[in-house]
Amino acid sequence: MNRAAYRMNKFVCSMAVLLVAALLLTGAGSALASGGADLRMEPAPVNRLDAASLQRGARNFVNYCLNCHSAKYMRYQRLTDLGVDNSMIQDNLMFASSKIGDTMVPAMSPADAKAWLGVAPPDLSVVSHVRGSDWIYNYFLGFYRDDKSASGWNNLVFPNVAMPHVAWALSGASKLVETEFEDHEKALAGVIAVKGLALLEPGKDGKWVMLTVQADPNSPGTMSSLQYQSWVADLVNYLDYMAEPNKNKRISLGIMVLIYLGVLFTFAYALKRNYWKEVH
Amino acid sequence: MQKIMNWIDARFPLTALWESQWGKYVAPKNFNFWYYFGSLATFVLVLQIITGIILTMNYKPDAARAFESVEYIMRDVEWGWLIRYMHSTGASLFFVVVYLHMFRGLMYGSYRKPRELLWIFGCLIYLCLMAEAFFGYLLPWGQMSYWGAQVIVNLFATVPFIGEDLSQWIRGDYTISDITLNRFFAFHVAAFPLLLLGLVAAHLMALHEVGSNNPDGIEIKDQPKDPETGQPLDGIYSHPYYTIKDIVGVIVFLAVFSIIVFFVPDMGGYFLEANNYVPANPLQTPEHIAPVWYFTPYYAILRAVPSVLLPFLPATQFYGVIAMGAAVMVFFALPWLDRGKVKSIRYRGTLYKSWLAAFVIAFLFLGYLGVVPVTVWGQFSDGLPVLGGADKATVVARVLTLVYFLFFILMPWYTARDKTKPVPERLT
Repeated sequence: MNRAAYRMNKFVCSMAVLLVAALLLTGAGSALASGGADLRMEPAPVNRLDAASLQRGARNFVNYCLNCHSAKYMRYQRLTDLGVDNSMIQDNLMFASSKIGDTMVPAMSPADAKAWLGVAPPDLSVVSHVRGSDWIYNYFLGFYRDDKSASGWNNLVFPNVAMPHVAWALSGASKLVETEFEDHEKALAGVIAVKGLALLEPGKDGKWVMLTVQADPNSPGTMSSLQYQSWVADLVNYLDYMAEPNKNKRISLGIMVLIYLGVLFTFAYALKRNYWKEVH
Repeated sequence: MQKIMNWIDARFPLTALWESQWGKYVAPKNFNFWYYFGSLATFVLVLQIITGIILTMNYKPDAARAFESVEYIMRDVEWGWLIRYMHSTGASLFFVVVYLHMFRGLMYGSYRKPRELLWIFGCLIYLCLMAEAFFGYLLPWGQMSYWGAQVIVNLFATVPFIGEDLSQWIRGDYTISDITLNRFFAFHVAAFPLLLLGLVAAHLMALHEVGSNNPDGIEIKDQPKDPETGQPLDGIYSHPYYTIKDIVGVIVFLAVFSIIVFFVPDMGGYFLEANNYVPANPLQTPEHIAPVWYFTPYYAILRAVPSVLLPFLPATQFYGVIAMGAAVMVFFALPWLDRGKVKSIRYRGTLYKSWLAAFVIAFLFLGYLGVVPVTVWGQFSDGLPVLGGADKATVVARVLTLVYFLFFILMPWYTARDKTKPVPERLT
């Protein structure tokens, strides 16, 4: 074999590998340095095992969401998962339907809803899969008064959303607050100090603007801000449950299956060792 | 029992079939980790067929009811959620095991003479599997199902002259519609499973005819025979040795499978995409359409190829489509591209090893780039010559596409010139 040709080949190869590596590094580096609007959300404090929270969430859902939104894949009777019985469901949670086996559909027809609100409110059965709990939680904390919008409300997480702030009587009417920072680093420190939902946007002359939603003392709600957060957390917890009512069953069954597979593996592996002793 | 077997054997070669296909099949004794994925692929195929049949019992192939029927399965059908998650997880893991199985073939030269046909059957299985997955992905009728199918079928519209008619013929309509859903359902539950089963049978028969390769790439059939048994010195019976070994493999696989099914069935949006929980809406195009992860290397290649190749050629996306097709089809040519003196990577030289490494890196990173928008890394600054203003990710994808194809195109050259090590007589 021709040694010179071999060296040449080896050289071409290493160059190719190096080129790829270099390009990947450039790409990865520039990914870090990107500078655009940056939404910082609070993690949603949800707990799928907290039955009391889920029950409160179901109540919040039927009282505040189900007037316009449907959950047409969810049956009322399914709420027995949350530790309530059929009569409790019928007495406390069913306003739009009469049969316990019905799915959750509001009295308002989708056509009416579209005519009144401009856009048909989406079905919420699996909204938690689509948006995620964190998004929904922050969405409910993100409403603020905006006289320029048709509904009088706007949202930091979902700008120009058609939906008004239906729970405003509880939370009070918040307002949007803009804070300007000299540079990105100071702005990031500002976001951390807020300890909550904040939107960071590049401003003029290299400055950064932080947008937050703050309670307006002139129009308070019936709840304190902590109470309202917990009210939203219950609702989000319920929406997460409703997107997949079998989730708790799934997870507890999964643990049993893994234990079973562990035992099965031990025996199967011992058997395999035993057979393979004869193979030299 | 023996009497029953004798009765059957006189009328149907049951014992002969079992012994030739598995019972008395002699395999090399040194199979390692990489040799689990063939039996695992067969296992997943069976799993997909069984769970698929059960899903069919409650699924409605109807544009107005498909999405609803999937939620019905998830909520109201007893254990429907488990069957559905098994099927969706199985689809992704099918590709995981098949990709690892193919990579094993690349490492140990399992496509080389006399296994060319075995390899070709395998490539056909891979093609069928891609079609099967593509048709199946439309069935939940979510936004990603709909727009993913729209994008892929529109690729056929780029074929010169007949493109528009061709894509319309595939859809059976001007857009993806109820008609498309019905025919994709037929392909997914009948046509392609049948094809797959036939090809898998051919793949296994070809394997048991020529015998298995192994991590050393040595033909055990050419070895001296054991004087007592008349079998190759380094061969063992598949049954019971590989039967029990593969059972252990299946249990480990099931553990991984169960972790996904029971704890992370969405797999962070890679196995079940968030947007696919929104019912298909032909009037609303999602902001970002990406295929499921197992297609993304090819999707990245498709996007990487510019629509203007040379000034005198017409501008069309068809070049990208050709590149994407070629990226899959080139696997068929592998047995004739490799001119190496040895089969296994253990005795190959640096050249092959480096190219294989570059290929794997290119494949994986193209897979990543296929998931994200081309703007993910921003653009090169306008002042730069040639690259100015171009999306960085697109440029990287182009280089990786080049590496992907060079691995195959240069293979006859670098495998022939590679400095190989001597291959021992016996398995190690």
